[in-house]
Order: sequence, then structure tokens, then C-alpha cells
Amino acid sequence: MLKQIEGSHAMAEAIALCRPEVVCAYPITPQTHIVEGLGELVKNGSLVDCEYINVESEFAALSVAIGASAAGARAYTATASQGLLFMMEAVYNASGLGLPIVMTLGNRAIGAPINIWNDHSDAMSVRDSGWLQLFAETNQEAVDLHIQAFKIAEELSMPVMVCVDGFILTHAMERIDVPDQATVDAYLPPYDPVQVLDPAAPISIGAMVGPDAFTEVRFLAHYKQTQALGLIPEFAREFAEKFGREAGGLLRCYRTEDADVVVVAMGSVCGTIKDTIDEMRDDDIRIGLVTIVSFRPFPVDALRASLAAAKDVVVVEKSIAVGMGGQLADNVGSALRNLPRPPRLHSAVAGLGGRPITRASLHHLFRQAVVQPWEGTHFLDLNDRVVGREIHRKRKSRRSGPTAENILRQLAIASGLPAAE
Amino acid sequence: MFQVRIHGRGGQGVVTGAEMLSIAAFFEGRHAQAFPSFGSERTGAPVVAFCRIADQEIRLREPILDPDCLIVQDATLFKVIDVFAGLRGDGYLLVNTNKTFAELHIGEAANRLPKRHAVIVPATEFALKHVGRPVPNAALLGAFAALTQFVHIDSVKRAIEEAFPGKIGAANIAAATEAYAFVQTQQLAATAA
Amino acid sequence: MPNPVATLAPEEAVQKLKYYQKGTFTVGNRLVAEAERSVQASRDRSNALTCGHRACQGCGEALGARYAIDAAMRATNNNLIAVNATGCLEVFTTPYPETSWQLPWLHSLFGNAAAVATGVAAAMRVKKRKEVRVIAQGGDGGTTDIGFQCLSGMFERNDDVLYICYDNEGYMNTGVQRSSATPPAARTATTPAVGAEPGNVFGTGKSVPKIAVAHGIPYVATATVADLHDLERKVTKAMGIRGARYIQINVPCPLGWGALSHDTIRLARLAVECGLYPIFEAEHGKVTEVRKIRRQVPVTDYLKPQRRFAHLFKAEHEDPRVARLQAICDANIADYGLVDAIAEEA
Repeated sequence: MLKQIEGSHAMAEAIALCRPEVVCAYPITPQTHIVEGLGELVKNGSLVDCEYINVESEFAALSVAIGASAAGARAYTATASQGLLFMMEAVYNASGLGLPIVMTLGNRAIGAPINIWNDHSDAMSVRDSGWLQLFAETNQEAVDLHIQAFKIAEELSMPVMVCVDGFILTHAMERIDVPDQATVDAYLPPYDPVQVLDPAAPISIGAMVGPDAFTEVRFLAHYKQTQALGLIPEFAREFAEKFGREAGGLLRCYRTEDADVVVVAMGSVCGTIKDTIDEMRDDDIRIGLVTIVSFRPFPVDALRASLAAAKDVVVVEKSIAVGMGGQLADNVGSALRNLPRPPRLHSAVAGLGGRPITRASLHHLFRQAVVQPWEGTHFLDLNDRVVGREIHRKRKSRRSGPTAENILRQLAIASGLPAAE
Repeated sequence: MFQVRIHGRGGQGVVTGAEMLSIAAFFEGRHAQAFPSFGSERTGAPVVAFCRIADQEIRLREPILDPDCLIVQDATLFKVIDVFAGLRGDGYLLVNTNKTFAELHIGEAANRLPKRHAVIVPATEFALKHVGRPVPNAALLGAFAALTQFVHIDSVKRAIEEAFPGKIGAANIAAATEAYAFVQTQQLAATAA
Repeated sequence: MPNPVATLAPEEAVQKLKYYQKGTFTVGNRLVAEAERSVQASRDRSNALTCGHRACQGCGEALGARYAIDAAMRATNNNLIAVNATGCLEVFTTPYPETSWQLPWLHSLFGNAAAVATGVAAAMRVKKRKEVRVIAQGGDGGTTDIGFQCLSGMFERNDDVLYICYDNEGYMNTGVQRSSATPPAARTATTPAVGAEPGNVFGTGKSVPKIAVAHGIPYVATATVADLHDLERKVTKAMGIRGARYIQINVPCPLGWGALSHDTIRLARLAVECGLYPIFEAEHGKVTEVRKIRRQVPVTDYLKPQRRFAHLFKAEHEDPRVARLQAICDANIADYGLVDAIAEEA
């Protein structure tokens, strides 16, 4: 049913349709509306046969989900940023144990300095953990990906993280088609675990594994994600058949057929990029976009195929591996490596800590990549004056004080507001 | 695509206003995207909310930098932030106040817009009268419908009812209706002039 | 070399029992009435922690766990799931690829046993299998320190979980480091017996049983491997209650305490009888029962057999902290009423 609804609430309804049996709730901006929505659905009787547990931290949230999932219940939780880091041990534990937990990540920057706005640094911090990571481009896709996530997780016995841009998607109200229960039930069967804690058939789960077997265990985890490369498109096709619209899959191509320049990006910024591309196409610039939906497993083959004919690839991402560069650009680079005529790769980092990514800036960026390419990582819309001043100030004195506070003071002075003492 | 930017202060229902506008557009079968300028919301602090309306899927996610219509819920903001930034030359201006544009020192900005595109409306008064609370958002939507004729007043009423069921909804609808009539009267008078 | 357990037929896998007719009630005295015999005395016991595990000789935790879990299994008709924190018990019972657990058992992390158990209990509720009960268990490190947040959360929510803490007063599996359950003056690898104040510092540490009582949960008890009947009784009682429950068992660690492996039960008894480890029960925030000291002994009787306290007795004159430890015993005795006052002569 079509609704004009806040992204978080639509996601809550979609998750409820998946018949979760245990939901663990701990608040953190910007996912809180999702777990609040689920709590309301449980309390008003819309979501039945569901235990809703208010836990005392994110570490507890995922730990409760681990126990529930190991005991055969369909388990769900949500977090972001600092909360994800707080449950980090449990994140690796869940994937190591092969538990099909679904978790929403309301993408938010990681501090210090503390920042509540959107970027992808939280998702990047767990990209090696073995969790599948799917990025939603729109709120409609966020709804649809959660439904697909439970199916993928349970078929694979691996947890799945659905990444949804904080605020930009979670707090936006838009037109969303929320599916009906019957269609979801036809798509998503009840959870049938590969192994389960049951007094009728006792097993021990979670034993120590030594040097003699650990490598094999990790190989099989990696192999599972390879299998997922086939499963994800298959379940996306089935979704399209049953629900009547495309969502998910490994990646999507937009106007790439004859493109000289192809942009690669993830999440909600792809919408803005598409508008930019249409405008540039009107100026006869042959440019297209590849939207990556499945970041883990990373779709190397599909990506290589979609980029093979391009001359320039511009990766726009909302995160940076400090000391190395953009993680997405790095992964894209590895996909291009063995091409006979690999395109030039340009790495741009944008939107960190919630800085808006505008069409105007993207126009300039995409043109610059071809005409005046840069070396290494380019920070979109970087305030060079502020950065330059700070570097200069640090050079003058060893005890130069805190970076963030000094920058804020500079910005305050520049904007004419009284600077804090 | 039509882009509306709403300025106000925390506690004045700026975000709800943008959401209600999006719901009104939805009832007319259109796509609409409403979102706030995200921040730690504190009562009294400047708040901006956005609403885009279009007949096809809205893909754009940047803040509204070049609005077609500005709705200003709190006239004290003119001194604090650049409310007019990016307002299109053929755009609309709707200000909640019982002062004139000249008294607010924004006469020049208002006059730059096409005739009948800039109006003032005492929305807070209407809200106090009908709802008993100084939350002008619903009234402003009624005024918006009259000013731009971009959404129908009936859709606005339905949206208000959707957001505030029961007696509160009815009261807000009354405020919106009076604001609608108020602006309509102004527009007719301006046409006649 | 006897066959590994995995290749034995079910009837062969049960430990062969030996009945001793000694002065204790530990294993099951043939002169004791059937109903009073311990669960361990029964051939039908579930043997949930079966033989073949890799615990040290004289391990108090292995003893306590065996008694506790079999009692819980009987009380629940074998409808029990155990969640184990990282630690000695987890490590010595599951040397990959073997396990000595004969009940469904999950090890997640060091600090989250209580939360994981909450999740298992929630799953059983939602699956309408209310007869299946959940135990979370761990050592003092995983309970009083790193597991404290999850423990308090489970208590506060009154989740239907029995948490059993095997308190050997230190992080033993990693080489005997100090925990918040380590007694004052004790030597550990991180509170070495050197310097001006050798051993663990006075004025630190916390009593999780007292904190559990403060949470107002349905049942809290301390227990000891010196009184295994009492331990079984407490576990059985706990399994008859729904909601958050906590049992902390004092389990000497011969290796960590520097004691002889055959002294485990004797040391546990001395800890109780000197007053350093009060044995009590509490319900909903109030102490309901205490185990009276049968024959009070000075704290030195307890300290001297343990090399972790040896530095207190090296000098010519007794270290003044021995008196401080005695003062702690005296305070416990007074607070809990562990010794009946001798009636005044008329």
C-alpha cells in the first residue's frame, strides 16, 4: 500500500512484516525511530509473537540477538556509529557463529569528534567482519532490502546489515509502497535453523578452534560470501517477481551503456548523482553511474563488467580510511586491476559528517576528473583556507591545542559570530 | 519540481509543517519528499525544513538551495540567518507576522519577487484563536495553498487531519481555512489594484 | 588407553560411581535417606558435565559446575540450556573438537553471558516453550567485571535467567590476574607481593551478591563447594522461581590460590567458617536465610594454606593486614548474624 511515511516508520513496518520473534531495542540517533516504531507495533498488538526487549547497551542488544538466534528465533536489532563500535565484539561473534541476524545500520559518522550526521564510516569499520552489507539508495529500497535481508541471512546462515543513510533517508518522509503480509509470507518462509539450542538434541556451540582448524573455518566464511554473490541476485529476482518492482541485487547501472565516465557510489547520494548525470547528458557528456548495493560481498566480476568500457571511473564515497584513502575506491580499484585497458580511477571523498553533497559540486567534480585529474584522494568541498590555517598554526607551535575546537573557532570568526572563549 | 523551504524555530512545528505539505501532495497523487535540516533540536533554535513536490520520483537528496517558495514561521529569523538565500527570482514568499514587509525591513527582497508572490499572514494569531496554541504551521499551509495554488486547500485539510486526528485536527483545519481566506482576499485585492 | 567418550555406547559413557562411607555428605552416604541424597549420588543424574574435560586436579569450579548443572537438570526435567562466558569452565570443557557438555550449550563472549541468556530465554518464550529454562554461567572475571553491565541489565529487566558465578577470586585462565572479586592482600600476577603493600589493595573490590540483592531480584544466594548439598538445594530452589536469579559459588582454585589440590573443599569450608565468605540467601532485596558458622576459626587458619597469602607471614611479626582481614570476617559475622551469641549465664 502506498503511504506518505517517514523512512524509519516504513522500515519498522517492513521489519514487522518479516515476523521477527525477538527485537532488541537500544536508542541511538538516527535509527531510534525504527526500534520505537517496532515497539509500538508490538505493544498495540499489530506485531504478535514478538519479544521486544529494552536492553542496556548496544553490546547487550546484539548479544541478546545472538542468544535468541542461536535458540532458533528470528532476531533483529538496529544501531549506528558509536553503537556499532560498542557492539563490535558481538558483531564478529555473530558472523563467526553463522547466526542469521538482520541489523539496520543508520549510517552515521564515527567520533571523535562526535558527530550525529550521515556518512559511511560506521559501515566501513565492520567491512571485514563477515556480515553481508547492503546499501539502500532510497527509502523504498530500504524497505525492500530488509525483507530480502532476512531471506538471504537465513539461507546463508550469515548475518546481514542493511545500511540506510542516517537522517537523509531515516528522517525523510516520502511516498513508499509498504507491502502486504501475504506477499511477504509468500517470499519469506519461517526461520529453519541449520543448528539450534534444543534440549531434545543437545549440541555445544562456540568452542575454541585452534591453529589446526581456524584457517578452514575462515575460508568457509569467505566462501559463504562468494555463494552470496549468486544468492543475492537470485533472491532479488524472486522479489521482483512477487512484489512487482526491482530492488536489491549486487549493483545497478544508470546510463552506462555508452559512457566514457562512470561514477561509482553507494546509498542515497546516487539519487543526486542521477540528476547530475541527466543534466550533464543534456550537455552531451557521456556519463553514467554504477550504484553498488551489495558492498559485502563485493561484486568484483559484475563491477568489472560494468566498468570495462569506461575511460574514467570516479568513485564518490562517504568515508575515508585514515592513512590510506577511500575504502570503496580501493575496492573498486582491485576490481579494475586485471582489465586489459583499465579505466583511470579517480577517488573522491564527500559528505563526511553529514556535509551535503550538491549537484553543483558534483558537476564540477565529474568534469574535473576528466579535464584536470587529481592524485590520490580528493576531498569534495574542502575548506582549504581553514585547513591551511590549521596546518600553519600547528607548525608554529608544538602545543597547538585541539584540532576540532580550533577549526570551529576559525569558522565562528569567519561567520561573524562571537567566538567562544 | 516545486521546492519549499520552511524557516522557523524549534517548537513551532516547522518539521511537521513540511511533512503535512508532503502528505497533501501525496493525496493529490504526487511524489513529495519532506525532511528537516537535521540537528540536535532545541526549543527556540533556528530550524529549517524542506519539502519537494513533483509528478515523478524525486531522486535529489541535497538540501533545498534554490527554493520556489519560502515559508517563514518566525520573523525574528531575518536578523539571524540569510533566510532568502537562493530564493528563485519568480519564487514565493510567505511570512508569518502581523507587521508589514517594510516594518520587517525586508521590503526590498519582497518587491523583487513578481506581483502577488509575497504575502504576510498572521498565522500565529489564527492558531491561537482556533487551536489555543501558538503553532502556526497548519495555518501557514492554508495560506500556502492560496498563495501558490500549488496544492488544493482540500488536500491541505486532509493532510492536517491525517497529522492531527480529532478535535485538534479540526481546530487546525479551521486555522488553515481562515488563513486561506485571508490570503485569498489579499490576492483578489492585489489583482483588482 | 581407554576409548574416548565419543566412541562409547550411551550406557558406557556414564561415569562409574563409587560410594564412600566417610564422614561427609558429599557424594551420597548409603545411610542417608533416599530423599536426602544429593543429585550427584543418583545413577540417573544427567551427568551434564561429563568426564573427559581438561580441568586441573582439584578444580573447585569443575566440582561446583557439575553439582549445579545436574541439580538444575533434575529440577527442570532436563529442559535446560546453558550459556557460558569465556573462562576456565568454557575452555576446559570444550577442547575442540570435543565437548563435555551433555546439554545444549552456547559460548558467545567474555562479557555477555547474561545478555545472551536473556536472548535464549526470549526465544523460548516466543516459541511457547516455557518449560525450557536458561542458565548463564561464568567466572568472577566474566561476571563482576567485564560482564557486569549485562548482568545488571538482566537483573533490572527481571529476565528469566539463573546466573551462576563460579567465584575463584581472579582471572585464572589467563594466568591469575586480579579481579574485583579478589580478596584484599591476595597475591595475583597484577597485584604482586612486592613493595609497600604487597598483594591486592585494601578498600577495593565489590560484593556482587550484595549488588544483586540491591537489584531486588527474586532470588540471590551465595554457596560453596564445601557444602554441596546446600549448593544443590539452592540451585533446585532457584529453578523453581521465575525471573532473575543469582547464585555465586565460592570455588577454590588450587593453581591460582597456591593451594594443594586435595585441599579444595577444606579451604572452601575454612573460608565459610572464618567468616570471610558469608553464605546466605535473599529474596526481593532482603536477606532471608544465613548459614551459621558451625565452629568459627581465625582467618589465619584459612590464609596460611594458600601461597597467595604467604607474604603476610614471612616477617617475624604478623603483617597488620591479617588483623584487617580478621576485622572483615568479624564485620561479616556481625552483619549477617553468622554466629549465635552465647547465652549469658543467668
